[in-house]
Amino acid sequence: MSFFENSQRIIRAGFTSFWRNKFITASAILIMTVTLFIMGSLLFIGAMLDTSLEQISEKVDINVYFTTDARESDILSLQSALESRDDVAAVEYVSQQEALDNFRSANRDDDLIIQALEELQENPLGAYFNVQATDSQYYEDIANYLQSDAPVVAGSQNIIDRVNFQQNRDAIERLTSIIQSLDTFSFLVIIVFALIAALIVFNTIRLAIFSSRDEISVMELMGASRGYVRGPFVLEGVMYGIVSALITLLLFYPISLWGEDTTSTFFGGEGSFTYFLNNFGELFVILMITGIALGGISSYIAVRKYLDI
Amino acid sequence: MNRESKKSVRSSLIHFDNVSKVYLGNSVAVEDINFTIEPSEFVSIVGHSGAGKTTLLKLLLAEVHPSSGNVLFESTIVHKLPKYERTKLRRRIGMVFQDFRLLSHKTAYENISFAMEAAGREDDEIEVDVPYVLDLVGLREKTWHFPTELSGGEKQRLAIARAIVNQPDVVVADEPTGNLDPVNTYEVMQILKKINNLGTTVLLSTHDKGVVDILENRVLTMKNGRIIRDDETGSYHL
Repeated sequence: MSFFENSQRIIRAGFTSFWRNKFITASAILIMTVTLFIMGSLLFIGAMLDTSLEQISEKVDINVYFTTDARESDILSLQSALESRDDVAAVEYVSQQEALDNFRSANRDDDLIIQALEELQENPLGAYFNVQATDSQYYEDIANYLQSDAPVVAGSQNIIDRVNFQQNRDAIERLTSIIQSLDTFSFLVIIVFALIAALIVFNTIRLAIFSSRDEISVMELMGASRGYVRGPFVLEGVMYGIVSALITLLLFYPISLWGEDTTSTFFGGEGSFTYFLNNFGELFVILMITGIALGGISSYIAVRKYLDI
Repeated sequence: MNRESKKSVRSSLIHFDNVSKVYLGNSVAVEDINFTIEPSEFVSIVGHSGAGKTTLLKLLLAEVHPSSGNVLFESTIVHKLPKYERTKLRRRIGMVFQDFRLLSHKTAYENISFAMEAAGREDDEIEVDVPYVLDLVGLREKTWHFPTELSGGEKQRLAIARAIVNQPDVVVADEPTGNLDPVNTYEVMQILKKINNLGTTVLLSTHDKGVVDILENRVLTMKNGRIIRDDETGSYHL
């Protein structure tokens, strides 16, 4: 018998078994869909949080505030020193006067502040740098450089009032820590649900084997090959995975569309529906592979345990 | 085993060589079983319930392993075959049971075609062979009937059709007339004889005296797990 003909029969038998036990099939598909949906949702949330973190990281820079009596020549020589570093992408110099103008502009509606500035005889604000690194991982090195003696060599002794990287870093680290905790939590949730789904599929296949015991005994009597007897049951498990993955993807369409505006505002990046459309291929592959692996492996184990052929 | 008996084993289809089977709890099912069946023979195994007839058949199918001795099928020790080879062995043995073991949700045609598919037969072979065997057992008109629509005798004839469709070397019938009235018993026995006349070895397990007496073939009589008589053209003596 040809491989094609044999495969055709195994597939046909798999479909028959899939339809025959409608109730237990539905329960297996339901729990697998829940598992894949949770997994997909966590992927969504994780990806959007990563995007948020990336966006926030991109906005981060190091602000170097100079003392009010710092000489501009010293500041400019430090700017040159910074710009010569490989890890520095750009250094924006804001002079004392520009800093004051910016402050006035930002507080133009606050009469009290404007009045207080008028009463001061001199500019209370120092000049400052906005330093951008080529990559967020270099900020710490740049901050350490600025807080070390190196700038002194560059001729800027005592001109740095403060470097505010630490505060930004704390915020980023907190966010990173939250995302990492969420990743760990997601992973544990996925494992728990995957185990539940695997157990349900395992039991479903066991019931399917039980309800097909007459056919199996006839097949054994006729000398059917192991693959011929076991194949349909493994295929049935794989079909649970495929159907569940398709249902999950179908569910994601309206749900992500519904959550588009909310997620876009909350995470500050692309919304859930945009993410769904942009990453549909990837999601499809991940959910399909997970579903097939979950259904296939658990049914294979069940078949090995309960079909001693 | 001397040289002559070795030669005989090589040419025989089935050979039981000092076979004993003891189940857990020291329950002896069969003990010191020795016999040989040649190709195209019709052999009846008779004995009361518990005499060891079914164990003998299970040993032949390698469903159970002997505690001692060997069961040979064409000089191959069946219980030493790997599982994959055992499935091949079963394709060469057609089984008929007292309780028919038909698939109730399949028609007569489908019951037979299912058996052919399981044995790995091609679709075009199935299309030719199924009507042929249904004709052979006189069930052509019941091709599309379900087992529930058949009488006991028809069910057994369908089971026989299923057993022979893959052209086995031997048909093993375990109490095939146990659930049948005399008329259907007679019909089933005629079919088994017909199959035997076509060259297939038949191994019949029964405790029906009438069946054995009309066959006038070789009879192995079992009692308490042992073969107590082996008559070439015997009848039922217990």
